[in-house]
Amino acid sequence: MSNTHVFRAERLVSGYDHKTIIHGIDLEIPQNKISVIIGANGSGKSTLLKTMAKLIKPTEGDVTLDGKAINKYPPKELARMLGLLPQSPVVPDGITVADLVGRGRFPHQSLFSGWSKQDYEAVEEAMAFMNITAFANHDIDELSGGQRQRVWIAMALAQQTDILLLDEPTTFLDITYQVEILDLLTNLNRRYGTTIVMVLHDINLSARYADHIFAVKEGKLIAEGKPTEVLTSDLVKTVFDLNCVVIPDPISDTPLVIPKGRYHVKDGDN
Amino acid sequence: MRNQTVESNFIVKGMRQRRRRWIFVTSLLSILVVILCGGMLLLGNTIYPVDVVIRTLMGEDIAGANFAINTIRLPRMITGLFAGFAFGVAGYIFQTMLRNPLANPNILGITSGSSVAAVFCIIVLHTSNTVVSIAAVVGGLITVIVMYLLSRGRSFSIGRLIIIGIGMQAMLDAVISYLILKSAQQDIAVALRWLSGSLNGSKMSEVLPLILIVVVFTPILLALGKQLNMLELGEQMATSLGIATDKLRITLIVSAVFIIAIATATTGPIAFVSFLAGPIANRLVGASASNILPAGLVGANLVLFADLIGQFAFEYRFPVGVITGLLGAPYLIYLLIRMNRKGEL
Repeated sequence: MSNTHVFRAERLVSGYDHKTIIHGIDLEIPQNKISVIIGANGSGKSTLLKTMAKLIKPTEGDVTLDGKAINKYPPKELARMLGLLPQSPVVPDGITVADLVGRGRFPHQSLFSGWSKQDYEAVEEAMAFMNITAFANHDIDELSGGQRQRVWIAMALAQQTDILLLDEPTTFLDITYQVEILDLLTNLNRRYGTTIVMVLHDINLSARYADHIFAVKEGKLIAEGKPTEVLTSDLVKTVFDLNCVVIPDPISDTPLVIPKGRYHVKDGDN
Repeated sequence: MRNQTVESNFIVKGMRQRRRRWIFVTSLLSILVVILCGGMLLLGNTIYPVDVVIRTLMGEDIAGANFAINTIRLPRMITGLFAGFAFGVAGYIFQTMLRNPLANPNILGITSGSSVAAVFCIIVLHTSNTVVSIAAVVGGLITVIVMYLLSRGRSFSIGRLIIIGIGMQAMLDAVISYLILKSAQQDIAVALRWLSGSLNGSKMSEVLPLILIVVVFTPILLALGKQLNMLELGEQMATSLGIATDKLRITLIVSAVFIIAIATATTGPIAFVSFLAGPIANRLVGASASNILPAGLVGANLVLFADLIGQFAFEYRFPVGVITGLLGAPYLIYLLIRMNRKGEL
């Protein structure tokens, strides 16, 4: 495939204003696969994703794409290979859906070039893919949360990057829309081979949709691999400090984490 | 498949339609500016016919008309045109960059910072026009820097920036009033312009720096328009679309302060034009593309229109800033009420 890239974090240390959050992580993102970063609140999973997206400058080590540090690329060139959907992008006032999706074409346009045929095609394709064509000329304020998230993903698709990072793309959505978004991202991965890396809160959806899981705790990578191989009750105990049993998901056969709380536990099971 | 094509056409059609609307409205605004410019030349104590005005402008010496048109009305018209354009463009850039209509050079006190520097140079130091212009730019930039330093907290907050800006504006306006009260009798007429902005007594020689700055910076800013649109999507989204956000922000701020400071040094702070132009342009054109140019045209229209009203609609002649102030104040109150309801303040 032509859209393969070696995307790695090398001895990565990063954080905010002298507060180190990521304490030396080495990892390589599997090509043309869906990877999910899991971890408890404050574990550094989101900081890791943001550093890999060039939003935070590493204090030590590098994020490299095909052997070259990402901050060494001209910004627009990088933006044609590596895209990010942040957790809370800002909607400009009074913009229509198609125009917002169209902004994803920015890295492909030069200073004075107008809109090329490819630009229009990319927007149409992205909107059809995310099933939002019908809303094209609507004001984005008229859309529901789930529809809006599809618009943002369509914008990232119009950018046509080989790697797409997503920071909690399903947070704030109802379960129906969470599954819908993850299905659409899987479509994207299967149809175009797009390498997807995302942070997800829901461990069971992560286990079902991920080809590869990175488990982060206190800024360190403590386990990685296929969900079926790494996601055990011991790992959940270590990463989330939660007692649980792990059973096969009756739908997908992927690991399903059943938490044990203090209450509502059958007699004799504790 | 057929269905798909039909649907696709309608996306592109919609996008093209909005682009055509942009071109249509922008052309209309340009035509309106030309008409108002014509009005500025035709109207006055004596109303001259169009052919006399044109012949006078071509250099023909027509008794009476020559002085009224070339020495009084033409400089007034050109000053209003360029100052209005500058206020509109700079206001739009700040409002869009900070994603808040209240965040414009007028309310943030940047124009007041320029005014203080200019008034000080005129009344106390009696310097040349060039020095006044330079001082106005420096005053505007210092205001921005002080405001930035004061509003830096744990994290950047637009609300804090606006409140600090309003405070700075009140303080700087007090300094202007103080300087004017202390000034000599003969300077008061000149100094009064700094209270609300006026086109009275515009001279060709004084408007040249403004023309130069607008002509130099407008193409730069128009070229950055697309990037400004990306910045509107938030810092993170803009970065991932390939924008060097820090560099872009500094370029935009410095350019916007330059043009607004020189405009302020020429006409005084014409109230609310930088506040009104952006939202009006957005309302007229929509948000499909960069509205820097339409905002500049709206600014020019506002100033020229308000000056004509100020000169001819009432028994007394009012400076242009009084009229734009009357137009802007209700909008400011409306906006404050609306933002308060939405919890954006």
